[in-house]
Amino acid sequence: MVNLVASKLCISFGSRAILHDIDLELEGGSLTSIIGPNGAGKSTLARALCGLLVPDSGAVRLGDVAIEARGKTMARRIAYLPQGQTVHWPVSVERLVALGRLPHLAPFSRLAATDREAIERAMKSADVLSLRDRPVTELSGGERARALIGRMLAAEAELLIADEPLAALDPGHQLHLMELLRKQADQGRLVVSVLHELTMAARFSDRVVLIDEGRIVADGKPQTVLTPENLERCYDVRAWSGVIEGFPVIVPISRSSPPGAENAR
Amino acid sequence: MTIALVAMLLMLAGASLLTGPTRLDSADFINGIVGSGDPIFRAILLELRLPRALLALLVGGILGLAGAVLQGYLRNPLADPSILGTSNAAALGAVIALYFGFAQAHPLALPAFAIAGAVIGLLPLLLLAGRSESALSLILAGVAVGTLAGAGISLALNLAPNPFAAVEIMSWLMGSLEDRSFQHVWLALPCITVGAALLLWDGRALDALTLGEDAARTLGVDLRAVRFRILLGVAIGIGGAVAVSGAIGFVGLIVPHLLRPLSDRSPSSILLPSAVGGAVLLSAADITVRLIPADTELRLGVLTAMLGVPVFLYHLVRERRLW
Repeated sequence: MVNLVASKLCISFGSRAILHDIDLELEGGSLTSIIGPNGAGKSTLARALCGLLVPDSGAVRLGDVAIEARGKTMARRIAYLPQGQTVHWPVSVERLVALGRLPHLAPFSRLAATDREAIERAMKSADVLSLRDRPVTELSGGERARALIGRMLAAEAELLIADEPLAALDPGHQLHLMELLRKQADQGRLVVSVLHELTMAARFSDRVVLIDEGRIVADGKPQTVLTPENLERCYDVRAWSGVIEGFPVIVPISRSSPPGAENAR
Repeated sequence: MTIALVAMLLMLAGASLLTGPTRLDSADFINGIVGSGDPIFRAILLELRLPRALLALLVGGILGLAGAVLQGYLRNPLADPSILGTSNAAALGAVIALYFGFAQAHPLALPAFAIAGAVIGLLPLLLLAGRSESALSLILAGVAVGTLAGAGISLALNLAPNPFAAVEIMSWLMGSLEDRSFQHVWLALPCITVGAALLLWDGRALDALTLGEDAARTLGVDLRAVRFRILLGVAIGIGGAVAVSGAIGFVGLIVPHLLRPLSDRSPSSILLPSAVGGAVLLSAADITVRLIPADTELRLGVLTAMLGVPVFLYHLVRERRLW
């Protein structure tokens, strides 16, 4: 099964360092959540993991090749959903999902039977078969998010990286999308998701990586990472964590520093 | 859709050969082609009207195609072939040829200067393209090049030695296919063919860009190579077109808009139809300028804008829910 290894990864934009010495080894068949406060470097890490950024030092390897977003061979192995994905043309859901097949197509050829089957499977998994002819720009937030996940799944890549796929979704759709990602991991794929929804991370991930100020603060099973101490340290919140109906639940209660404390300092 | 457009195109090309101050009927038309019949009619048909009809197809085709490609690449429905400054740069080249009298010295000096202008206008964009991958910086650089070239044209008008020289420049700028010969066809054809081939290359990449630049890269698109081909294709193709026809506006903007609702709305699906549609529109416009009775023939660029804008506005009102 595939593995993704980041070693001593450092990335900076101009003179501003974003990621410092990130060491991470991820295995296929698992769902890993990257969490951390705003500006911690989560999206930068996600982009680096799919080869969109050239590191200042260190490297990311997928199996035995250095990862780089270049060429179709690599593109067939990676599916990436950017944060706040916009769709620039009012294409139909089916056409959007079909974009996921681009790395598989020979130049100037039509969709082959295998591509059509992959598109159907992806639309079925993402539960968008009934929306196939609707323009993406006219969908509701939840429908749109599912169509975008469908585009990701159509690639049938071994590495899936989604940056905040749950943003702006209602609780039902959040659960649905996490179930989708969980299923992909259970089928042997390597799934990485940047999340702000701590309860979702705790419930669905095999592993949680907490980053703050460009460094990995904690990395491991959800219950060992999502501790009140870690949350207080990185998010500056007091949180309640417990178990309801067998599922872990994490609820922020208040900011650690009392209101007005910043001004008093 | 493409088949219907091609049928329209063939009809218009035929109509274009039958339109002009000298009346020719279909018998003259057939005699002219097979080589029998009145040699004067034959000359009118083959040496005056045929090049004109062919140039309308070529120029209209590259304008429509370049518009569709640039709208897809920049993900901006406002884009047209002039957005990268190429049209203005080519026009400036032509104006220089007119201003300094090269155009009178040799009939091909003007188109050659126009193509040179387009290529020179491309250089700052290529320099920038090597450094950055964002489409927005390209638009800004294109606007800068276009504005500078526009200022150069104004300067030539400003310094024109006499009103006739100024009028000559202005009337060239308005665009026309009047009195073109096969020399013009042979000059424009290679430029437009090469430009069109470069522009048709990247349909898939344009589709991928529907998802933005990051997602397109993870789908295996080499953005730098795509941008290089598109810039080169626009400069060579549009340079060749402006060289023989002058600046003809709006075809590149409206044709992709009119055809998009008939397609699946992905950028690649309107590339070929836009090329054929542009050829249809410009052929129709070029027939119309010949049919409208006037002392001087109406300029093509004037007509495409005057007819194009109302159609475009109507279309926008109907389609506005999607933008």
